Amino acid sequence: MTPAAPGSLRPDLAVIAEHVEPGSSVLDVGCGDGELLAALTAKRCNARGLEIDAANVAACVARGLSVMQGDADTDLSYYPDKSVDYAILSQTLQTTRRPDLIVENLLRIAPRGFVSFPNFAHWRVRAALAFGGRMPVTKLIPVAWYETPNIHHLTIADFRDLVAERGIRVERSWFFTNGRASRQRLANFTAEHAVFLISR
Amino acid sequence: MASNAVTLEGHSLVLPDPLPLDSGKTLAPVTLAYQTYGTLNDDKSNAVLLCHATSGDQFVASDNPITGKPGWWTEMVGPGKPIDTDRFFVICANVLGSCMGSTGPASPGPDGKPYGTSFPVITIRDMVRAQVKLLEALGIERLHAVVGGSMGGMQALSLAANWPDIAERVLVIAATATMPAQNIAFQEVGRQAIMADPDWQGGHYHGTGRQPDAGLAVARMTAHITYLSESSLTEKFGRRLQDRAAKTFGFDADFQVESYLRYQGSSFTSRFDANAYLYLTRAMSYFDLTEDHGRKLADVYMGSPARFCLVSFDSDWLYPTVESRRIAHALNAAGVPVSFVELSAPFGHDSFLLDVPELDRVVEGFL
Repeated sequence: MTPAAPGSLRPDLAVIAEHVEPGSSVLDVGCGDGELLAALTAKRCNARGLEIDAANVAACVARGLSVMQGDADTDLSYYPDKSVDYAILSQTLQTTRRPDLIVENLLRIAPRGFVSFPNFAHWRVRAALAFGGRMPVTKLIPVAWYETPNIHHLTIADFRDLVAERGIRVERSWFFTNGRASRQRLANFTAEHAVFLISR
Repeated sequence: MASNAVTLEGHSLVLPDPLPLDSGKTLAPVTLAYQTYGTLNDDKSNAVLLCHATSGDQFVASDNPITGKPGWWTEMVGPGKPIDTDRFFVICANVLGSCMGSTGPASPGPDGKPYGTSFPVITIRDMVRAQVKLLEALGIERLHAVVGGSMGGMQALSLAANWPDIAERVLVIAATATMPAQNIAFQEVGRQAIMADPDWQGGHYHGTGRQPDAGLAVARMTAHITYLSESSLTEKFGRRLQDRAAKTFGFDADFQVESYLRYQGSSFTSRFDANAYLYLTRAMSYFDLTEDHGRKLADVYMGSPARFCLVSFDSDWLYPTVESRRIAHALNAAGVPVSFVELSAPFGHDSFLLDVPELDRVVEGFL
């Protein structure tokens, strides 16, 4: 993905920030250095974060944000049912030990959730594996297999299957290629990133 | 040894009314010695209350008049520092029960003689109650923040639980909401060392020309170990010998770590009252916010208007991360804005007093 220009949000975060109503309460799981939280706070949202990396948490606190250091795989259980309007998981699903339980937890904590992830079925990734015969190192997956934090690679089709199986509704979806919105058709082949708005 | 006879620089306030205590007793008169740094602004909105740890005192960012050493948090408090005295009016009072100018067991009781062990047992909440009275006397209704590490963190938690409308921000470093059994155990060892010293004399040693220095030194040595980490001890001392080429086959301080601890113990006796040590550790042993309030921690803070920040250190085994995380989860469940971070630092519990740049960043950002 194209790096965000200074002062502007990454496209997947921008679409999430745009579609959260002002004044909502939000939990951002895997909030990084607080880029999205800051944008949501600017929209008068009551936005809180969960982040595993201490330096990122320190950066968030330094920005005046409320962020807990913790692991999504273990710490989401501490959040009460229906305690926020939106639970957000951006670019984190593929790094968790049990992505299915994470998704269940998101919709336990909030009635609606945003989930964004890189699509491992993008044609460049397919081509790299099919013709290179090695785990792809691409713009989308820049880290070698032995170092990547991504332990559960998934595709747009995989995600659709998971939510269908769990009785979760996809309210909307957005796709991105080269940092720009891309079309819905053949998204599992052409999109680098996906954002889903889900609910039960 | 520090006692009421010592005249200290700085401010001092005699509370106008007797102080009710958690034990059911009342204490009067109560004097609080305190220091301030920075200037209180016109609408009195920039006050930061700093709460000190067990062996700390009000000399946060200025030289300690007893030891002649720099204040205990000069790293953190001062002009341009994370707790910026160009912005904030920082207040730190010697806690009730201590021995640096505030009323404690070394102060004269009703009969004019030092209280000794007839001083009433106090709690963390009693310490905070006295500081709330001090704030009232200074005309400060709201605090920009209350900040504390270790026992100071417990005071900050207690202020937020019992007087929720005073502090807008609550910063708690390396503390707990419920004193764990292991800590109670170490505190008991310290008290037993003091009370086993024949010079303690049932606590009425003042004016006898003898005081339980040996017991207090052992108490301090034990406590000091708990403030460090295995790796910091190994790095600092290892098995190196103290000013000698070989073991002496005796009980001298052969090892550097022994010599260091002996120094820590004996230097403590020149600035701290043994009875005060008993009372402060007792107050900590009794500290349990859920028990005090008869409610779950989340319910204690339900509806709190303050923002919280909790910090722990990965090498701190005395007040480990799990304690801070438990508080943070409770606040989160109560819907109170809270941040929590475990910082990496090698110095054990003492990390909060030492140079940890990431801590500076968190403190500065949170305030």
